[in-house]
This record gives sequence, C-alpha cells and structure tokens, in this order.
Amino acid sequence: MTLRESLGRAAAPVIVRPDAPTRGLATPRGPLRREGPAKLTGTALYTDDLVFPGAWYGATIRSTEAHARLLGIELDPAFDWSKVVVVTAADIPGPNVVNSIQDDQPILVADEIRHHAEPVALVAAPDRGLLGEAVARVRIRTEALPAVLDPLLSEHAFAHYEIESGDIAAGFAEASLVVNGEYRVGHQEQLYIENNAMIAVPRDDGGVAVHGSLQCPYYVHKALRRSLLLTDAQAQVIQAETGGGFGGKEEYPSILALHAALLARACERPVRMIYDRHEDIAATTKRHPAIVRYRSGVSADGRLVAQDIEIVMDGGAYCTLSPVVLSRGTLHSGGPYACPNVRIHSRAMATNTPPNGAFRGFGAPQTEFAAEMQVNRIAEALGESPLELRRRWLYRPGDATPTGQVLRESVAAEDVLNRGAEAAEFERVRARTALDRAGRQAGGRARSAHGIGLALGWHGAGFTGSGEVHLASLASVELGADGRIRVLIGSTEMGQGTKTIFPQMAAEALGVGIDDVELAPVDTALVPDSGPTVASRTAMVVGGLVIEACQRLRAVVESRSGDRSVGTGGSFADVYRDDARVHGATRIDQHFEPYPGVDFDDTTYRGDAYPAFGWASAVAEVDVDLDTGEVAVRSVVAADDVGRVIHPVLAEGQVEGGTLQAVGYATIEEIKLIDGRYLNDRMATYLIPTALDAPRIETILVEAPFSGAPHGAKGIGELPMDVGAPAVVAAIHDATGVWIHDLPASPERIIAALMAADAQRPHA
Amino acid sequence: MTVQFQVNRETVELDVPGARRLLDVLREDLGLTGTKEGCGEGECGACTVLLDGQVVDSCLVPICQVDGHAVTTVEGLGLDRGLGRPSPERRAVVDDLDPLQLAFLEAGGAQCGICTPGMLLAGRAFLASGAAPTDEAIREAIAGNLCRCTGYTKIIEAIALGASRQATTEAGRA
Repeated sequence: MTLRESLGRAAAPVIVRPDAPTRGLATPRGPLRREGPAKLTGTALYTDDLVFPGAWYGATIRSTEAHARLLGIELDPAFDWSKVVVVTAADIPGPNVVNSIQDDQPILVADEIRHHAEPVALVAAPDRGLLGEAVARVRIRTEALPAVLDPLLSEHAFAHYEIESGDIAAGFAEASLVVNGEYRVGHQEQLYIENNAMIAVPRDDGGVAVHGSLQCPYYVHKALRRSLLLTDAQAQVIQAETGGGFGGKEEYPSILALHAALLARACERPVRMIYDRHEDIAATTKRHPAIVRYRSGVSADGRLVAQDIEIVMDGGAYCTLSPVVLSRGTLHSGGPYACPNVRIHSRAMATNTPPNGAFRGFGAPQTEFAAEMQVNRIAEALGESPLELRRRWLYRPGDATPTGQVLRESVAAEDVLNRGAEAAEFERVRARTALDRAGRQAGGRARSAHGIGLALGWHGAGFTGSGEVHLASLASVELGADGRIRVLIGSTEMGQGTKTIFPQMAAEALGVGIDDVELAPVDTALVPDSGPTVASRTAMVVGGLVIEACQRLRAVVESRSGDRSVGTGGSFADVYRDDARVHGATRIDQHFEPYPGVDFDDTTYRGDAYPAFGWASAVAEVDVDLDTGEVAVRSVVAADDVGRVIHPVLAEGQVEGGTLQAVGYATIEEIKLIDGRYLNDRMATYLIPTALDAPRIETILVEAPFSGAPHGAKGIGELPMDVGAPAVVAAIHDATGVWIHDLPASPERIIAALMAADAQRPHA
Repeated sequence: MTVQFQVNRETVELDVPGARRLLDVLREDLGLTGTKEGCGEGECGACTVLLDGQVVDSCLVPICQVDGHAVTTVEGLGLDRGLGRPSPERRAVVDDLDPLQLAFLEAGGAQCGICTPGMLLAGRAFLASGAAPTDEAIREAIAGNLCRCTGYTKIIEAIALGASRQATTEAGRA
C-alpha cells in the first residue's frame, strides 16, 4: 500500500460525523494541520520573513539601572543625526501608557526608570550599521534611586485578594495533624523559539499597520489607537505566522508595536523591530516568581479540615496582568481537594525588576506546585500513599470550592488520577523504589536512585470570574456571494492548532468538508474581536461561538432551501452554493452569551470562578545522580480531561509540550538576578530541555464534557503545565528521601538537601 | 570577497564580506527565508542547514567557509523527488512535501513551525546516515535543535516514521 493510499483510507476527522463528506485529506487522528505544508516547506511567513521595500531598522535604548531618575537623553553632537530618527516620550501624541489593567507602564520613560532594560528612547536608521553607530552615541543621564528587589520588602501591591470559607479556627481546632510549608518558585522564560518581532508600516490615512508575532491582535489595536490617537480603521494589526507564544506574546507585543509605530511615524517609512534573543530575554515578561506558605490541618480520621494559605507574587515594576495572574493563582491554590475551612490571602507586589506577565498556566502552576508539595508532605506525615490520600480528598461532583462554587458537572479529578496512576503502575513502581531506598539506607552505596511521583491538578477553563462577560467576544461565519464559507475570528494560531480546529468545527456544524471552510487571515481590518488567544479559551469559548454561528447559518440556508429558486430543498451541503447565488452573502455574527447558571461576584470573590474546570494528573519517573544531584526525568504519564477532544494529534501535542515546559520548570529553568538585572539572559545560559533531556511522555485524554459549550470542550493548553513540576519533585523525593521546596530542583539544591539529611542521620 | 557555492543544487556567486553569516546570505541576499534565526549563537538550531550533507548552524558559519561547497536548506528538501522550489506566493499543499515532511505533518511534528526547518534538516541528515532509527539515536540527532512546543515526542515519531518509509522504499527498490 502506498502512502497516498494509506492516507486515502483514513477515517474521518474525529468530530465530523461518519456520514458527513470529508473531502479534506485526513489521518485517522484528525485532519492534517492546515498551515502545516507552508511551515514544512519554509514558505510560511513569520514577521522577520516579511519584506517591505525601503524599511528602516529600529532599536531600543534601555535603562541599565533598576531604579533611577532620568535626567536627560544626550545625543552625541559629533554624530550626524539627520540620517536617523530618534523618538522619546515627548514624541508620543497620546497618553504615554501601554494600555493594560492599570495605566502605570510608560511606552518610553519620561522621568523615572523603574526597572533594568526599560525602554527610554528609540532609534531607527536605514541600515543596521548606521543604527548601531547611532545607538552607541545615545547616552542616558540618570540619578540612582534605591531599588526594591524583594517582593516581601515591597510596600506597593498591584492587587490583593482574600478568600474565606468555613471557619478556619474551628478547622484547626479539629486537626490532629498540622503541616506547615513554604515553597518558592522563580521566574520562568516562555522561550518561544521566534523572538518578539513587529513591523510598522505607515498607512495613507495617517494611521499605521503593524505586522507582528502576537497572540492578541485587539490588545495591540487598542494600545495603538489610544496612544497614537488613531481611529479604529487607522490602527490595523495583522498577525504574521507566529513562532510560539505561551503567554509571552499576550501583552508584550503592545509595547513593541507602539515602539515600531512611533518610529514609523517619525521616519515616515516601514520600521522593523525584530528582537534578538538577548534583548528578548532581558526585556520581555516572565512567569511571576512566588512565595507560597501553607498551614494545613488534618483530622484524626484523615480528613483535610483546614487550609491557611498565603501567596506573595513578584509583579515586577509594572502592573501588566499581575492582578489576573494573582487571581488565578489564588483561586487554584487549594488544589483540587475538598476542604471545609479555607483562608487564602494573596498579594502581587511591585519590585524594581522587569515586569512579569502571562505564561501558560497564568499563576496556577506556582500555587499548584505548592499545593501538591503540601499534600505529598502530609501523605508522608500520615504514612499513607500519596495516591490513596488524593483519592480521599479530591473534588467530586457536588463539592464546593473555597469561593462557594458547587462543582455540578464535568468533574474528572478521580478519573484522571486513576487513569494516570494505572497507566504508570504507580503503586507497583513505588513499592519497588521503596525497597531500593531501604536497601540504600541499609548500607548500600548507590550512585543513582530511581523514583516515582504524582500530582493532581485543576485548571479553570476560560477567563476568571466575569471576565468572559466583560470581553463580550464576537465570532462570525460568512457564506459569501461567491459560495465560499469563511470563518472570521480574531483567535490566533501560534502552533496550538487554531487554523485547523476552527475549519474542523465549522465543517462539522455545517455538514460540509473541512476544505470547504476557509479561515480569514487575522487582520483587524477583516476579523472581529473574538477576545485574546489566552486562558485555554479558544477551543472552548470561541469554538463554541463558531459552532453556534454555523448552526444558525445552516438553519437560515436550509430554511430557505425550499424556495423554488434554490432548488428542491436539502441539507446545507447540498444547497449552499445555490443559496449564495440566489440570496447573495449571508453573514452570522455570534456574540458571547453568559453560560447559564454561572455567576461570580468580583467584589466579594464568591461564586462560580470558572464555568468549568479541566483536570489533570501527571506521574513522573526520575533517576537522580546521588553524586552530582542531576535529575533525569525518564517518563511522564499525563492524563488530562479536556471536556471534549476535538483533534487528538493536536491535543496530545498540547499535553506533551506543556508537560516538557513543566519538566523544565521543575529541573533546570531558572533566572538569576543581580541588582535587578537578569544575569542569564542568553540561550547559552538560560537552559530549556533538549530532546535528550525530555522524558518519554504518554498522554491519556479524558473527556468529561462541559454542557455550557455546544461541543463540550473545556480547553487544554495550560492544564499540563500545572502538574508536571510537582510530579517531578515528588519523584525526586521518592528517589532520595529529600524534599526540594523551591523550584527548580537544581543539582545544587538537591545536593544541599542530601547533605543536610545526611548530617541529621545518626551515624553508626 | 567573491564566493561561489551551491544552494539547493543551484550555483550562486556573490560578492559579500567574508565574515557575513551564511544565515544572512541565505535569508537576505538569496531570499531563502525558510531558514530561521532563534538565538544567533548556535544554541537553538533553528538556523540549521546542511553543508555538504553535514548539519551546521548557519548563524555560526561565515560565508567564506562556504566557498566551493554545497548548502541544502528547507527549500531544497523536495528536490530529490523532483518537487520544485516552494515559494510563499503559492500556498504550499500536501503534494509539495517529501516523505519526511509528510511524516512531520501526519505525526504532528510541527506546531508553531519555527524550529521545523532546522528539525527537518537534522532529520534528513539522520536518515541519510543510515543509523538505526531508535528513540535514543533520534534524540541524539536532534539534540542541537530546540523545540518549545512539542515536547519532542511527535518530532521523534515523525523521524522514525520517515525512516520506516525510507526503509520500505529502499526494500522495494532492491
């Protein structure tokens, strides 16, 4: 059988009904990635691949201090400045703020530098050589100010939350075991392989078009409109092919687009702002570092009766998205466990370090790592299996979360836990590693140790609280007069599969082949604001809107298919081309409607924090080198409940990629700071896992559908990020007997913990 | 200096500074933007090309070292099958893909796609080496190419799939 034949015999895409026509080439595991051939032939155009004749090159002059007063920007009089353009805060036509939650971050520093690598001035030149010369002849004059680098010493909070349920004092009164813990996690860099990049092109109407690597075109659009005083039409944002985002291209592209646009306005030409890796790591947002403290009470009969949790996140110098990152971290900090008495206090503090922002998981990986560490340490204190303890405590339908949200449906904590543990043979392997450990303690001098660990997590699907209601997303589907079906959404492809699953979902709803559905390019001049491509909301929320829009379009067309002019009636697939010929274009705009029965009070933090939760478990096996402290993560079994699997290959890809990012977070990814500056701001010094570091990853997809979405999907992107790190650290403990409380579990920390444990052990 | 070399079997002659990076020559002088830059210091492998069949990071290769040699980029992968050089003007389709590219497409080995050209060339060199396509050997072969999307699992599957198809094809010829 030839390859072509084997593909031809393939079954239909997963959610397309067996009787639906599937003219698209499909594998048994979902249709092929739509933009795949372009990416595989090198013809997909990323921002730096775009050619704009006559374009200039832009660069950013950045601060070299963590906190200082800006006294002046000096241009070397020996240099011919007429050949280049320089832009400072004084050249910004509108408000000098990067549009976000608070108006605290300037586009360019006007008076006070608040972090290292902060943009102070911009330069553009016709070629890179001249640009380099010009940049070297700009000097910024400053007066140093005292810097706050420790969030625990900061007096300025960007946000704080308090959640209380039950009676925390009564809970601890009932406890026979109390376990305290403090856990620290550091910065993590998204490290998309394509750096942030933006090209601004002046428009004839006085506006600007930006082409860039970005997740959220309408965030950029709003930022441009506001600070450049442009109309909706004058600000145009076009997404180029985007080489990974992971949150790192959620809010950051707004400031970069503003910079490129300001330079383009100044030199009246297209301007390319393509970061190199050093600048990207030094200047762009990271995952928030956090300090998470727990006091947990367990009753004599083994119930979790009290959780007192304190969270401190380091927001960096500006607010960015810290309030929502903190909110998600706060809401997930109890872990997926029922507890009647909970108190959570959290705050995100300002420091003179580069601003932190969105990164896959968005606050939850920080607090869920801590929550799972706490559960594992309680299991150890009780002498109980970490699997059995979780089985007792995990959320089941009818349980209530600390905000009072009753989990009515789509609760799969038990399912993902059991399926992951069974596939990994958790108890069998754990019994073996326990024997190994006993053997080593009996005097065997081993060079390495094997361990297994598990973690359970949850992740609220979509925006937090009333976020989706405020977003009021819009998605459209159009049957053109030419008979072409087009889906119009602002959701972006950054590798996760947007360009494939939307045609797939639309084709299923319309009963046509996937290749009959086109997806409009992400260009704010063409597509509506479907909300940002973040929060694992794309398949669930925007996917739901597209399906509903298609259902309406289908009903409209089929209802008039009885018209004599359109033939004798029939299904949408049979008549839509004739319908378009007779009736012209038909467009359906679908607005987000609140999910029924979902209600959250933003002021009291009571109610349904999320319309539904996804559930995930991870079981990791590691080898720890007892001489060097190095950890090799051998395997991870990841079981993830995503509500409904739309495309198995893409879904597995999300779980595998998220799991490896979590493994990196657990073991090697670390940012060191000196005086508020990232010390390891290069790929040679900020390490991410290679193929040799990566474990074998087995993905188990679980489906507990969410009834509020027409297809039942709950989102997938962030789930695996929540559970990988605590599973790895639990496995390190299983191998070595020591707990590593801070991420990453680096060789230095492991060796230090082993030496401390050794010092405490009575010597014969 | 004047350098003459082959790119995807076409001979090119250029007058460029000898220290100019092969990456910049490919992307800017020849318009072959399929080769990507991720770090500019030989860490990420996004700029991987084949130089006389050997895997190199084109960001670390000065053009003077390429004089008289042959370079293969992602745009040249289809040439063995008689496929033309792809271009962005025409949307690429499945028929434009060689067996390894198709294996990546089917297995899900490309997500955001920015590491993909480099991965494909590392994979191509691995297949050409004739080494047994074990999990360990494939991991070793792509260890210089970073991917942040896939967790590598599906890239490894894709290269293994490409190897098995190559073996089938060769067996058919024998």
